[in-house]
Amino acid sequence: MHNKSVAELSRELESGKMSSVELTQQFLDRLKSEDGKYNSFITVSDEQALAEARAADEMRAAGKATVWTGVPFAHKDIFCTSGVRTSCGSKMLDNFVPPYDATVTAKFKQAGAVCLGKTNMDEFAMGSSNESSFYGPVTNPWGLANGDKRVPGGSSGGSAAAVAARLVPAATGTDTGGSIRQPAALCGITGLKPTYGRVSRYGMIAFASSLDQGGPMARTAEDAALMLNVMAGHDPKDSTCIDRDVPDYTATLNEPLKGLKIGLPKEYFSDQLSPAMEEQVRNAIREYEKLGATVKEVSLPNAKLAIAAYYVIAPAEASANLSRFDGARYGYRCEQPKDLMDMYTRTRAEGFGNEVKRRILVGTYALSAGYFDAYYLKAQKVRRLIQQDFINAFKEVDILMSPVTPSPAFIQGEKTTDPVSMYLEDVFTIAINLAGIPAMSVPAGFVDGLPVGLQMIGDYFSEARLLNAAHQFQQVTDWHQREPK
Amino acid sequence: MQWDIVIGLEIHVQLATQTKIFSGSSTAFGAEPNTQASAVDLAMPGTLPVPNEQAFRYAVMFGLATNAEIGRRSVFERKNYFYPDLPKGYQTTQLDKPIVGPGYVDIDLADGSSKRVRIHHAHLEEDAGKSLHEDYHGMTGIDLNRAGTPLIEVVTEPDMNSAEEAVAFAKKLHSLVTSLGICDGDMSQGSMRFDVNISLKPKGSDTLGTRTETKNLNSFRFMEQAIAHEVERQMDILEDGGSITQETRLYNGDRDESRSMRSKEEANDYRYFPCPDLLPVEIDDAFIEDARARLPELPDARRARFKEQYGLNDYDAGILSADAKLATFFEETVAHGKDAKLAANWIQGEFSARLNAEEKSVAESPITGAQLGDLVVRIADNTLSSSGAKKVFEALWTGENDNVDAIIEAKGLKQVSDTGALEAMVDEVLAGMPDQVAQYQGEEDPKKRKKMLGGFMGPLMKASKGQGNPKLFNEILVRKLGG
Repeated sequence: MHNKSVAELSRELESGKMSSVELTQQFLDRLKSEDGKYNSFITVSDEQALAEARAADEMRAAGKATVWTGVPFAHKDIFCTSGVRTSCGSKMLDNFVPPYDATVTAKFKQAGAVCLGKTNMDEFAMGSSNESSFYGPVTNPWGLANGDKRVPGGSSGGSAAAVAARLVPAATGTDTGGSIRQPAALCGITGLKPTYGRVSRYGMIAFASSLDQGGPMARTAEDAALMLNVMAGHDPKDSTCIDRDVPDYTATLNEPLKGLKIGLPKEYFSDQLSPAMEEQVRNAIREYEKLGATVKEVSLPNAKLAIAAYYVIAPAEASANLSRFDGARYGYRCEQPKDLMDMYTRTRAEGFGNEVKRRILVGTYALSAGYFDAYYLKAQKVRRLIQQDFINAFKEVDILMSPVTPSPAFIQGEKTTDPVSMYLEDVFTIAINLAGIPAMSVPAGFVDGLPVGLQMIGDYFSEARLLNAAHQFQQVTDWHQREPK
Repeated sequence: MQWDIVIGLEIHVQLATQTKIFSGSSTAFGAEPNTQASAVDLAMPGTLPVPNEQAFRYAVMFGLATNAEIGRRSVFERKNYFYPDLPKGYQTTQLDKPIVGPGYVDIDLADGSSKRVRIHHAHLEEDAGKSLHEDYHGMTGIDLNRAGTPLIEVVTEPDMNSAEEAVAFAKKLHSLVTSLGICDGDMSQGSMRFDVNISLKPKGSDTLGTRTETKNLNSFRFMEQAIAHEVERQMDILEDGGSITQETRLYNGDRDESRSMRSKEEANDYRYFPCPDLLPVEIDDAFIEDARARLPELPDARRARFKEQYGLNDYDAGILSADAKLATFFEETVAHGKDAKLAANWIQGEFSARLNAEEKSVAESPITGAQLGDLVVRIADNTLSSSGAKKVFEALWTGENDNVDAIIEAKGLKQVSDTGALEAMVDEVLAGMPDQVAQYQGEEDPKKRKKMLGGFMGPLMKASKGQGNPKLFNEILVRKLGG
């Protein structure tokens, strides 16, 4: 049962062969026996899950079932869940139980989905390896057979590992600079970062507001489409969430790809990319040619500036977004503060981990009097140039393809002392967030027994097209079906 | 040395929207602490602001009423600082692209001249909560009911040169925003708060001196006192050869003292940047025209109309038109009382004195314009003497009875205006005072005679049990005593 996709589990429930309560119990049992190896969950919410499963069974009995009714899944611990601790991977929120649901959470509840718990993540979504979590690192299911403890990527590393390890068929993620796509690639699953504004950010704890976007993580493109059907849409509680019709993302999955114009950004096939990785990515692109697509080289001349711009803008926004964690109203507060300043400084010194502190410092610096123009304003100008590069590219082609990461999953601890090498993990993904366009990571092969992801980048609101291209690829390949030993 | 005083104002005006600027919480004043603070106002993780359209409408109305440019694209910024009553750790405000651009207001001065005060800009922002330092035994209580209440901050050019001018501007602005209906104007509840920037320069000099900012003055009287105090403080320093430190000061109105809050060096670096949770707000022609159509009659126009329609003099028209609620009260009084001049006198006299004595606003008045109008009718038709009218007013005010005629009846305040009855009383009184009559008739000086006439009024009022019409008594007396 644990190998089945969302679509398959939905059909099982629909056929009446099993109830959601039975299915949920099976998944919970497996989660508890298996997750010791991965540490992919921060909180398993059995009681709420079984209550949701009972409600789902009643919903089905009443003839009101949706595709999702009774199907288990998990939320990244960045989405607020009413009555269930939402930690964002931080000591700061270790005791935080929100009295409200994120819009994404509410939508899955409304569809009747059963949330098993909250997945591990880099603290406040800051990281590319899931090693900055207060709840300890997540171990990638791939490589364990060789005795290697590899990172699952980050920041949605818990969701990616849990889906890869078949603990859940699907999980939500968020992507600020690559946090869905990079872990999806390193864990061999399918992940989609939607267009900025496609999915509501309400109740999704903010890292960098102008870049953050929630999205699906699953094993198949079809399941990702089913997730996006639930997640996408206007939300009056988020003024950056766009009021635009949501198509049925499953309706166009089977469109033929004949005539699809694929562009390969030459800057993304540079010497940063290992030859073995490049070979896998190029093989995948050849599959698309067999499916009737044409391929040409394009250029994103400003893409090389993306990391520099991102590491000004994202920390700047984060430095303000994280100011609310001050010990005054909720979350961690230091013991016995002497006075107000002592409460602020010790609460934040003790409550935040090093990576979070590093980014608050960088962001505060970039916004400071005398530096604002040179850093923040300059970065915003670069951001517009990068956006324009993509707009120009999409005048020539339908989809851009590239690797997701320069190399496969690395060993835990390998990059923790070198933040810049960690930041370079996102060299192929970050520009997409700066431009606000959608992109996917699709399993496309293996290097040394470790998964390789193919990145597909689309124009604004072209999620249906991306999912269609990914689904067609998954009809002729089986990389996404491979199971870690 | 002679000094020129230079004053600029920053005025926080709380907008009278039903809900907060970025959340659906109520803005009503006086609720139990933290009962009007939603997850958004508490800055709970993941919550997001959604702008309140009405706040923009009010700001645009303010801009139109102050002859200002409207910012077609306004941008909210985050002003970063830590304080316990600032839940997000930043205030959402506007900086480079405010909703209201440069404008002006004309103020009237006591000498009859008028002066133009330029407004640099006015921007929308959210209010902070309140820190409560009493009653918590060395701890601080936080009430976030006020957090997120919409404000416009109005920033003037340094165009005022005396406390009188600054107060005149403040009062004019109060009059404007209450007339527009965009602020309740209740200064005791903090609906308008003033920061005053003051500097001195040698008389006639073109170079501005170093300024100080005195923050958070919440009454016209404190503002006037604070300016006088600060001007004197700066003058003392300068005349002793010292120099002014650029700083923010707090004024204690009860003690007429001020102290430094922070100097320029200690000022925060607020690290403003555009708020990524809020998109730039585009104001189109239709929105502006809609706001224009909602503009009520403004104080200057109302003043002109009061002179024209009711025949009031400029002074009365100015006072009665400045406050929208007072103006409405006046018009209600006239609608019932007919006699505009008499209504104006009563409102500026007895009515205002009573409000002031009890520190009440017009809205809190226990009597209505209609009741005062009924009273005016009974004064005009001689039913009431002025002392009788005061008794009726008192009964209305205390709520003893709400009907003017019923009070007159119950208290027997109706004046006797029957000439025959009054003449009989005069005859009787004069007969009992032959010496005084003789003295009066022997007096040549008309002024002294007039004064002596008063000597008969007391006994006459007594004889009529206070109900004789004094005007008629006077006429009869003069006639009977032979001029």
